[in-house]
Amino acid sequence: MSTVISANGLSKTYKDSRALAGASFQIQSGRIVGLIGPNGAGKTTALKAILGLTDFDGELSVLGMDPRHSRNKLMEQVCFIADVAVLPRWLCVKDAVDFVEAVHPRFSRAKCEAFLARTKLTPRMKVKQMSKGMIVQMHLALVMAIDARLLVLDEPTLGLDLLYRKQFYQSLLEDYFDEDKTILITTHQVEEIEHILTDLMFIRDGRIVLDADMDAVGERFCEVMVGAERAAEARALKPLDERQVFGKSIFLFDNADRGHLSTLGELRRPSIADLFVATMKGTYA
Amino acid sequence: MNTLYWLVKREIWEHKGGFIRAPLIGGAIFLVLNLMTLIAGEVVSGQNFRFGGNSIRELGKMLDQRQLSMVGMGLDTAMLFSTAIISVVMGFVVFFYCLGALYDDRRDRSLLFWKSLPISDTQTVLSKVLAATIVAPAVAFVTGVVAGLITLLMYASVLSMHGLGVWQLLTLAHPFRVVANLLASIPMYFLWALPTVGWLLVCSAWAKSKPFLWAVAIPVVTGVLIWWVQLMGLMPSGNFYWSQFLPRLLGSVWPGSWFAAAHHASNNVSLGIGLEGVDNPDNPMVQFLSLGNLYATLGTATAWIGMLCGAALIAGAIWIRRWRDDT
Repeated sequence: MSTVISANGLSKTYKDSRALAGASFQIQSGRIVGLIGPNGAGKTTALKAILGLTDFDGELSVLGMDPRHSRNKLMEQVCFIADVAVLPRWLCVKDAVDFVEAVHPRFSRAKCEAFLARTKLTPRMKVKQMSKGMIVQMHLALVMAIDARLLVLDEPTLGLDLLYRKQFYQSLLEDYFDEDKTILITTHQVEEIEHILTDLMFIRDGRIVLDADMDAVGERFCEVMVGAERAAEARALKPLDERQVFGKSIFLFDNADRGHLSTLGELRRPSIADLFVATMKGTYA
Repeated sequence: MNTLYWLVKREIWEHKGGFIRAPLIGGAIFLVLNLMTLIAGEVVSGQNFRFGGNSIRELGKMLDQRQLSMVGMGLDTAMLFSTAIISVVMGFVVFFYCLGALYDDRRDRSLLFWKSLPISDTQTVLSKVLAATIVAPAVAFVTGVVAGLITLLMYASVLSMHGLGVWQLLTLAHPFRVVANLLASIPMYFLWALPTVGWLLVCSAWAKSKPFLWAVAIPVVTGVLIWWVQLMGLMPSGNFYWSQFLPRLLGSVWPGSWFAAAHHASNNVSLGIGLEGVDNPDNPMVQFLSLGNLYATLGTATAWIGMLCGAALIAGAIWIRRWRDDT
């Protein structure tokens, strides 16, 4: 296993706001990493830094290269989908395939055509005639046909219906991902990617506030449902968060003694969404 | 090299309307107008088409050498005229193409798709320069030449119906020289248009919105300031900025603008196109028809300074394209 991305003290200040405030993290190859954070937390800026689209302070190495200086070389090994509908409206399917084949050394035309054959896209169809879902299918077909080592997805399913969203992640998992590839995803629809992630990173105010693999997340955090009569006892154990469901309280604990907790009520693994809400409490206040 | 070829191809895909359709439509309109003129001429004058009391048949025999060469020059002009019209259209196409070249994909965010491919910003910007300065004039001039040749044949065949030999007329004209000149103008255009192309690309890569306004407002406001400073007597007065700098900065994408500059450099006579004085070397038609004169422009300072500034501006556009971060 090798390190694909290594960031140390990543900082970036725009005119009026601080987008990244010394974020540090490492991403190993063969992982599917979710970078989750509220709006304005610095997700997109971090991705842009990784892709060499913006300048920044601090150290950052992607596949052993500095994205500021070796961007052209880097982009042979890195692909990204920067949210739906960034394909130019005048482009047609055939021209897009011809173009990417001509300029990308790691593109496989056969693979791309196989992916396209599973869709309703036709060679002469232009992007402006496609629905959002079809645009993503086309983009995904182009990207999955590239044998890249790192794939970056920034809100890839924004505005898509449920069928396209499911299909999107299913294709990625079944037809693309393997142990030599790494996928970095940001999204707000955490429920959808929860079961495909191997690693989870929370970003808040330009800093990484949680960085763990999914197994560790399951060991560290636990939820317990407690009846009203023992709620005060649970509160005394300093839970991260508390919410009410059907007259009972659900408490979220970080690194708590499971033996003790299980005497209070039923233990369960928290969802990423609940963990996210608890971690980001007060972000917009 | 292969990447650059495909990048230029991509520009043509995207701008088929401006690069290909616009000159074709321009040429077609020109031909239709000429045809209408000819038909109207035939209908109005009928077979009694006369020139100062002589039938056109007599006319051919009466013309002396000088007058014959004027007829030839007239035919050459008719041929050039189609290219001239298409060139004006092409100037506008190139102007607005350059303004949008590094701006439109930032606005609709398709920049993020192009930047996801292993293409350097240098290649991207150069492909746009080539599309503007080689592809556009090549299509325009070839279309102009074809339309011009058709026009020439049209006139020649109508005149031959009145007894003047087609071949005699064609030998009076210089179609090969005109065609050769137009084709030789393409590299000239590339060199000459660089400053305007570079300036427009810089505005296109830099502007957050309305690149047109920036591209035009900055130089015009600067000009007004210079004029004001001159008015206050703080600077020696002179017309250099408005008569030389500004046309080079904004107007060099119009083919033939180099003639004006060459004239300015040599303090030459007026530019009115006339058929009088075909043997006067200062006649613009004669000038145009001489390759030596075409490239004589390259001997002027404005040509070289323009090329250098153009190259610097293009380098600037590449740098802005690399680091501009607003998507």
